[in-house]
Amino acid sequence: MRDVAIVSFANHITSHAEGDDVEMLVPVITEALRAANLKKKEIGFTVSGSCDYLGGRPFSFVMALDAVGAWPPIEESHVEMDGAFALYEAWVRLQHGDIDTALIYAFGRSTTGSTRDVLATQLDPYVMAPLWPDSVGLAALQARAMLDAGTCTEREMAQVAARSRRSKKPGPGAHTFAEMQAGDLLGLPYTTAPLRAHDCAPDSDGVAAMVLVAGDRAKKLTSRPAWIRGIDHRIEAHQLGVRDLTKSVSTALAAEKAGALGKSFDVAEIHAPFSHQEILVRKALGLAGDVEINPSGGALVGNPYIVAGLDRIGEAARRIHDGSAKSAVAHATSGPCLQQNLVCVLSEG
Amino acid sequence: MSEPIRKIEAPVRLEFTVEAGRALTRFLSSIVEERIVGRRCPECTKVYVPARSSCPTCGVPMSEDVTVADTGTLTTFCIVNVPFEGQTMKLPYVYGAIVLDGADLPILHLVQGIPANEVRMGLRVKAEWTPPEERPASLEAIRWFTPSGEPDAPFDAYKEHL
Amino acid sequence: MGNRCAVIGIGQTRHAAKRDDLSIAGLVRDAALRALEDAGLTFKDIDAVVIGKAPDMFEGVMMPELYLADALGAVGKPMLRVHTAGSVGGSTAVVAAHLIQSGIHERVLTVAFEKQSESDAMWALSPKYPFQPPLVAGAGGFFAPIVRSYMRRSNAPLEVGMQVAVKDRLNALKNPNAHLHMADISMDKVKASPMLWDPIRYLETCPSSDGACAMVLASESAAKKAPHKPAWVRGTSVRTEPGMFAGRDQINPQAGRDCAKDLYAQAGITNPRKEIDVAEIYVPFSWFEPMWMENLGFAELDTGWKMVADGATSMTGDLPVNPSGGVLSTNPIGASGMIRFAEAAMQVRGQAGEHQIDGARMAIGHAYGGASQFFAMWCVSSEAG
Repeated sequence: MRDVAIVSFANHITSHAEGDDVEMLVPVITEALRAANLKKKEIGFTVSGSCDYLGGRPFSFVMALDAVGAWPPIEESHVEMDGAFALYEAWVRLQHGDIDTALIYAFGRSTTGSTRDVLATQLDPYVMAPLWPDSVGLAALQARAMLDAGTCTEREMAQVAARSRRSKKPGPGAHTFAEMQAGDLLGLPYTTAPLRAHDCAPDSDGVAAMVLVAGDRAKKLTSRPAWIRGIDHRIEAHQLGVRDLTKSVSTALAAEKAGALGKSFDVAEIHAPFSHQEILVRKALGLAGDVEINPSGGALVGNPYIVAGLDRIGEAARRIHDGSAKSAVAHATSGPCLQQNLVCVLSEG
Repeated sequence: MSEPIRKIEAPVRLEFTVEAGRALTRFLSSIVEERIVGRRCPECTKVYVPARSSCPTCGVPMSEDVTVADTGTLTTFCIVNVPFEGQTMKLPYVYGAIVLDGADLPILHLVQGIPANEVRMGLRVKAEWTPPEERPASLEAIRWFTPSGEPDAPFDAYKEHL
Repeated sequence: MGNRCAVIGIGQTRHAAKRDDLSIAGLVRDAALRALEDAGLTFKDIDAVVIGKAPDMFEGVMMPELYLADALGAVGKPMLRVHTAGSVGGSTAVVAAHLIQSGIHERVLTVAFEKQSESDAMWALSPKYPFQPPLVAGAGGFFAPIVRSYMRRSNAPLEVGMQVAVKDRLNALKNPNAHLHMADISMDKVKASPMLWDPIRYLETCPSSDGACAMVLASESAAKKAPHKPAWVRGTSVRTEPGMFAGRDQINPQAGRDCAKDLYAQAGITNPRKEIDVAEIYVPFSWFEPMWMENLGFAELDTGWKMVADGATSMTGDLPVNPSGGVLSTNPIGASGMIRFAEAAMQVRGQAGEHQIDGARMAIGHAYGGASQFFAMWCVSSEAG
């Protein structure tokens, strides 16, 4: 495989975005290109992730093309998935050897509609979706299964939430949370039992952009590229009844294929929209106790649908870029109860 | 045994609150005052109507507002004879691309006030505005375009706008 | 371009206005099982699945790859979902080919579908969305003005569009999977059909279909083990340009020209008209055939219509176009592009049955989408090259 590195990353995650998708994207894409020391015309492949259902309109990715200025014509693709999967497509494309650079971007606004209800339309349209189980309700079923199986406790869940809130660096327009200890959080009421408000990611709007560069060119462009040492993704069955919701077998499999198992990492960025899911993914990744988990705060403090997975990988890369970590593992998820998972291993060398 | 079930109805209803964006807000707040506002790209200098935030070819923010005329040239068109849901016009009617004077990109709109079979490429048209009290903040603030009475524009004058 | 990639299995559903005998999952699985059978494989032999379809709102299922994972045997595997508007069937196959060409996988299943009978495409394409220009013309209303511009610019006679409409429907009679089988199609019949979006007549437009298409793509070593002759992928290309910009040539978009140029360079083609034996191209309205003939470099500017008038694009012409009957005879939107890619591969594998072009060795599949702004193409050959 050809060596490919994340050379730059930029994002903007907010509790509610004003402006349209293009107005959100332009400054972030501009920043990602600037940090990569590349001009738009030097990009060989562009790929984005977005989702029509979030905004209630078809072809949202078409209008967003204004943000890159696709002229003269560009080699471009789009996945109706989290931007992490767009990153995967770009990484595949760079393996061919004829181009060295790729721009990935994702945009998602979870505040345009009621995202927990919108996500119900992801379910089997004949037997599940007509019942409208929302995404929080399904996650609560999973949390209940874990509590009953003894694979996590409500206190551990609260600890995840408390740590996420402590880690969060306040950015402009970001969500604000009262900093509370796990014990205090446990005193709050259930919202969808056994989940409390702090166990569930907020609805956020956001964009993220990333530049990938292959081979020696990555070293020439930036001083500390974050090399992709393994990347893989796997999907599980859709029908929840046939899955063991207390395990994330697809994360474990993707981690194995990406070469993440049995390795030590300085940092792990886990895409867990619910606190119990972080515990679940941590186990599936086989992480040692000394790994710093979600120093960005993770999805629990900012979760723009479609963006949050790419954002985890970008935040992990950022730690390598700034020299505060030598190695990192990042995770992205899609679908109800962690149905589909991607694992990416990053290293400074 | 009864007939097998071939189909179920599963209605989906979702509500969304959409941001117009800063550029489009500028256009919408002007059009209710009978002004058509576009934006000029700082790099290629083309004027886009309605105002949009970023130049589609250059990918750079556009910030200079430009008010264009409510007259223009019909560059190309079709005559709609097909009924479909939500349609409010009487068939047949003309729908086409109109490049407003001062703009570099046509808008798509209706052409009325002339029999459909007399509509032609290059026809000069002017906006017919809805009355102020019932004017929506959208391109529908213009009810349709009608012939302005000026001589047709020559093909060379609009061939870049097909 | 990377490692060699071959098509070793192709499957299509029988396309129809309404396949109420199959669910959405049943539809995609039907195509996938046919492709696997052709390749002599089962789901367990597949390393990854790449699926494509047009907007989710058509069927009202958000990100349907999640729901379709089980039906496509994807559980435990990587699964990607591509969406590039009308070109999606083509670009999905291109992404799948990349997974082979990059050396990541040995056998990839790629599938595209649309179930228009379970959707309301007209509604999904023109929702009453605030701030947007009024969409008062429906689907064809967008393309009819472009057709008018082409007619004006090229001075093409009115009959050309009708000739394409007749040719493709006659070809479809030889394709058992095609949706439309209009045995009585004729120039008079097209002429007598209602003028929907003047200058486009009803019989010059594509139908709405239920259908799916699937292919198994394989590495060189996996292709050698396949029971049937493979089609070798000699080039893949995608290009995008903005849908609306000042001075844009919508009739002959540069993205399409660039895409074809890149494709021919990869395949070592210098004279496309001579070297390509058959083309399956995306023609949802009849007039797009002459327009794309120019865009793809088969004809000089403003002369594509002469190929139609001279019969060059008929089954017996020097460049048969859409022997399958094309999009004008079968249009499950998201799958339509992949059907073009698959039909091109069927031709060079010699498996197109009654609509086979004898001795076809080099073929192209073509798809486009959006406001004629997204292009995906591939070139396949009976020779590995």
